[in-house]
Amino acid sequence: MLKSVSIQAENGAEPLFSPLSLAVAPGSVTTIVGPSGIGKSTLMEFIGGHLPRGFRASGDVILDGRNVTRLPAEARRIGILFQDAALFPHLSVGDNLAFGLAAHVRGRAARTAAVAMALDQAGLPGFAARDPATLSGGQRARVALMRTLLAEPCALLLDEPFAKLDPALREELRRFVFDHVRDRDIPVLMVTHDAADAEAAGGPVVSL
Amino acid sequence: MTAPEGRLLRLLVLGAVAGGLVLPILAGLWETARAAFGHLPAIGADGLSLDPWRRLFDLPGFGTSLTLTLWTGFASTALALVLAVGLAAAMYDRAGFRGGARLLAPFLATPHAALAIGLAFLIAPSGWISRLLSPWATGWDLPPDLATVNDPAGLALILGLLVKEVPFFLLVILAALSQLPVRRHLEAGRALGYGHGVVWIKVIGPQLYPLIRLPVYVVLSFALSIVDMAIVLGPSNPPVLAVAVTRWFLAAETTLILPASAAALLQSAVVAGGIGLWWAAERALARIGRVWIRRGGRGVSAEPGLVAAGAAVTGLMALGAGALMALAVWSVAWRWSYPRALPESWSLAAWGRSAAGWGTAVESTVIIGVATTALALILAVAWLEGEDRDHLPRATWAEALIYLPLLVPQIAFLYGLHVVFLKAGIGGGIGAVIWAHALFVFPYVMIALSDPWRALDPAYIRAAAALGAGPVRRLFAVKLPILLRPLLTAAAIGFAVSVAQYLPTLFMGAGRVATLTTEAVTLSSGSDRRVTGVYAVLQAALPFLAYLAALGVPAILHRHRAGLSGGAA
Repeated sequence: MLKSVSIQAENGAEPLFSPLSLAVAPGSVTTIVGPSGIGKSTLMEFIGGHLPRGFRASGDVILDGRNVTRLPAEARRIGILFQDAALFPHLSVGDNLAFGLAAHVRGRAARTAAVAMALDQAGLPGFAARDPATLSGGQRARVALMRTLLAEPCALLLDEPFAKLDPALREELRRFVFDHVRDRDIPVLMVTHDAADAEAAGGPVVSL
Repeated sequence: MTAPEGRLLRLLVLGAVAGGLVLPILAGLWETARAAFGHLPAIGADGLSLDPWRRLFDLPGFGTSLTLTLWTGFASTALALVLAVGLAAAMYDRAGFRGGARLLAPFLATPHAALAIGLAFLIAPSGWISRLLSPWATGWDLPPDLATVNDPAGLALILGLLVKEVPFFLLVILAALSQLPVRRHLEAGRALGYGHGVVWIKVIGPQLYPLIRLPVYVVLSFALSIVDMAIVLGPSNPPVLAVAVTRWFLAAETTLILPASAAALLQSAVVAGGIGLWWAAERALARIGRVWIRRGGRGVSAEPGLVAAGAAVTGLMALGAGALMALAVWSVAWRWSYPRALPESWSLAAWGRSAAGWGTAVESTVIIGVATTALALILAVAWLEGEDRDHLPRATWAEALIYLPLLVPQIAFLYGLHVVFLKAGIGGGIGAVIWAHALFVFPYVMIALSDPWRALDPAYIRAAAALGAGPVRRLFAVKLPILLRPLLTAAAIGFAVSVAQYLPTLFMGAGRVATLTTEAVTLSSGSDRRVTGVYAVLQAALPFLAYLAALGVPAILHRHRAGLSGGAA
């Protein structure tokens, strides 16, 4: 849930957008649309705890009744899916997933099994030893989603997740992402400038 | 277009590099190796034997010297790397970090010898720090009997190396980080629940390291074979191996040259083995790191470590600044009895008394520095221009070649090179010194110049060609003026490297060429800090002036050319 969030560039007089309040129900996807440059990505960074220097923000981010606004990013348990997937190039696909996998899954066998299962769900069985650089765009996006979900986030942010994909692939990946996140019963917030994304998400749409 | 001409230029440059850089090193190594196995007709040694090695292993302190070399080299390089990465991690996102890092340039410009002498003035038992704290905090009325300089464990040497190497690593790291998606990966890592410092260790570090591996090896090789700083700050009896080898080479007893050659050869084995060992440690760490990453632990916090690294680097830089100030103060001190915090009387007498001495030293330092830099700059421009004209991509093998003089320890081939020069009848003069300096100046000039040169917008060149300008006019009327700032920066770096050279001057000059560096190092073992201070101040000032000129000249010439301010640098 967001409470009257407002963000201002430090050298700008005007806030990026008028104060915003919204609540996202668990298991649903709320979409924020708006022209580029209005601050959609900055809003995502604020919610995730990554607001860069040079911005001032007011308002609160409340997750499951917990005010996380002052918490560091790593303590918020808010997962992010980036449009460029941000897979770590020095780790294999499997190790990228193991990096994400929550620490309470203990023991090498259990962790390897959890990673293998996630790869199965992503339709990429046997990809554990692959170099992420050899994956296609769609495969990278699926691995990135799995890595994010393995960390067991309490909420999920999608930052233009399909913008870099071919139109043909986009449809398939939308289904994959939305099916997976609905299963999780966590609130999901997406920013996009593609109306088809909002339609596929099937949730409320907020215009900035 | 003008491919034949480009090819000719390139062949000329390759010939100059092969004949001027690579061949001398190989010839020097060859002569050293022959002497190491008992063949040096000049002193009547003939034939092949293992005798020099037997004598070397029997020389007093040999084992300790070897251990000290490994300890100081590895400890200083590893610590400097950890501190520099730690500081970068702690400060990366802070405003002004990049600008602040540029303030480190003075420490890069300061020659090792001057910094070492200043540091000794600062931390010696009768040094400035001890004076500032006495007697009110320490109760000392006389300098305490402590080995804070030349300590047998080499800690003062490690400290000195850190002051020089941390700024170098910081600049290298900053350049490498600009090629990585640091911010994005920090966000991704933290969104997965990892703290800032841990993301640096698990995600950024492993991507950063391959980009800075070569500079790390250069620093390791340098730290394992440093001589001037080790003479001033390092253990004295026995010293580190490179200093011991230098002493044996220069000893009155000429038969020591044979075991000294063996030790010089061993010195290159130490460097090669050291790099091999470091490489093995890299592999082992990467393996352990992957297991650690797979476990997905989020509990550890690296923040205290980052704070400690930041504090340590600040302390080191304060020591560096204090060292330079100590040089200046001592050079104008007259009466300064212990434990006064400041001199009781000031005087320029030390400057006046030694004017004849330092005048000559400044003169030869500047002549050698300017000649060497000009030579290196011409060669570097010819190399890059040849590449342009031939439309060739940068050749990686050739770049590896450039690093050769930086990776092979100087002591390993300089004596042999001296022998080669003597045979050729060109030994012992200023010309030989200039050539030897150029071996080490050229790589740095080339490294400094190649990135800005290749980043030059080719549209300018095409526009000039379309206007009918031939290759020569394109070079002199377009490229060089646009690249004035990086050219001068590269020249300043080259000049600073030349001023700092100790061993090449010592060996190739055969004791007849005295520069500020050789004089300052020789004086540092004496008792008159005032005169030593004069030489060290001058030695530190020359490179600094060169950097100021490199900044100031383009700023004045291009004051009405906003498009050239910084963009090309």
